[in-house]
Amino acid sequence: MMKPHRKQRLMLIGLMLAGIGLAATFALKAFNENLMYFFSTTDVAEGKAPADTLIRLGGMVVKGSVERPAADLLVRFKLSDFSKEVTVEYSGILPDLFREGQGIVAKGRLDDRGVFVAEEVLAKHDENYMPPEVADSLKKAAEAK
Amino acid sequence: MSFIPAPISRFFHRTASPPHFYALADKLMPWLTALFLLLLIPGLYGGLVMAPADYQQGDSYRIIYIHVPAAWMSLFIYVMMAVMGGIALVWRMKLAEVMLISSAPIGAGFTFVALVTGSLWGKPMWGTWWVWDARLTSELILLFLYLGVTSLYGAIEDKRSAARAVSILALVGVVNIPIIHYSVEWWNTLHQGPTVSKMDKPSIHISMLIPLLLMAVAFKVYYAIAVLQAAKLELIRREPSAQWVKNLLEHKA
Repeated sequence: MMKPHRKQRLMLIGLMLAGIGLAATFALKAFNENLMYFFSTTDVAEGKAPADTLIRLGGMVVKGSVERPAADLLVRFKLSDFSKEVTVEYSGILPDLFREGQGIVAKGRLDDRGVFVAEEVLAKHDENYMPPEVADSLKKAAEAK
Repeated sequence: MSFIPAPISRFFHRTASPPHFYALADKLMPWLTALFLLLLIPGLYGGLVMAPADYQQGDSYRIIYIHVPAAWMSLFIYVMMAVMGGIALVWRMKLAEVMLISSAPIGAGFTFVALVTGSLWGKPMWGTWWVWDARLTSELILLFLYLGVTSLYGAIEDKRSAARAVSILALVGVVNIPIIHYSVEWWNTLHQGPTVSKMDKPSIHISMLIPLLLMAVAFKVYYAIAVLQAAKLELIRREPSAQWVKNLLEHKA
């Protein structure tokens, strides 16, 4: 038997949860930009990202774009979100998962050449887990197409 | 009007009485322990020995057998706490209060494990121990919520009003749970998206998935064991001079 005072408390709790949920939704909507961990390459290429400030840029390392112009640690590569590309320069040690075709997040700033000079490069892991043999056969299947 | 049939409601009232609950928890304990070991051992062996290495991460990915179940538990236990909080507020049920407060340190432990293992994996794989992206930050807030529940309960002398306060805190904090879960979809994060809960098909090979699911269930059973033990203690601590506690002590002595 649901007694009236209990029903009232249940409704109060429901109202409280709805209110908090609504408040959280508005707060998160308002801070949406700040909650983004990185800008996409399209944002940067179209000038939506602030120039001359420290920002993060995320994207896929374009296949065949990684080059080392000198004998030092300087690496130059292109990042893409499959629509616009941005050139990135970084000198330092790259994480294990850095490779062509892999998603990465670079922290740095745009210089006047339109090149993104990174101070830090982080690899973004994808959500796929498989044994090497499976990865190989998937790759072969893709190449056969 | 009543949605719950009388026999079920009677069953709940009886089970929720402290002496009954205490005896039931005692009875369940060996079964739960056996079940836990039966899941844990094949889960660990399957994950750490039998499952193949990952095509990109090699053996480093094996940390998911601890990290992912612990992270799932951190969310699951919080939802349990919120449900207990709701029951405690509406029905003033003492056992719900006790289960809520006993869950908090266990949930904090799982959250801590998820954060630490994630950090250990992040250093070689991402190249950093920690980033302030939406997933990592919201999970850290969850740890503070758990610690907040425990501290708030400890700070209020009268345990009935303390329970009411933590019930409200548990319910308010539950808003963080969907934020943690969907953070990787709503915002750009360094943390990868969901693997197992993808609706079409999980992006993890079946040989790696089975030990992961075994570990996930093992962790759930561990939570049951830990929360029952903690709740037994909390019940005695709450009413040390109750008749059933006296009977219990005489019986044991």
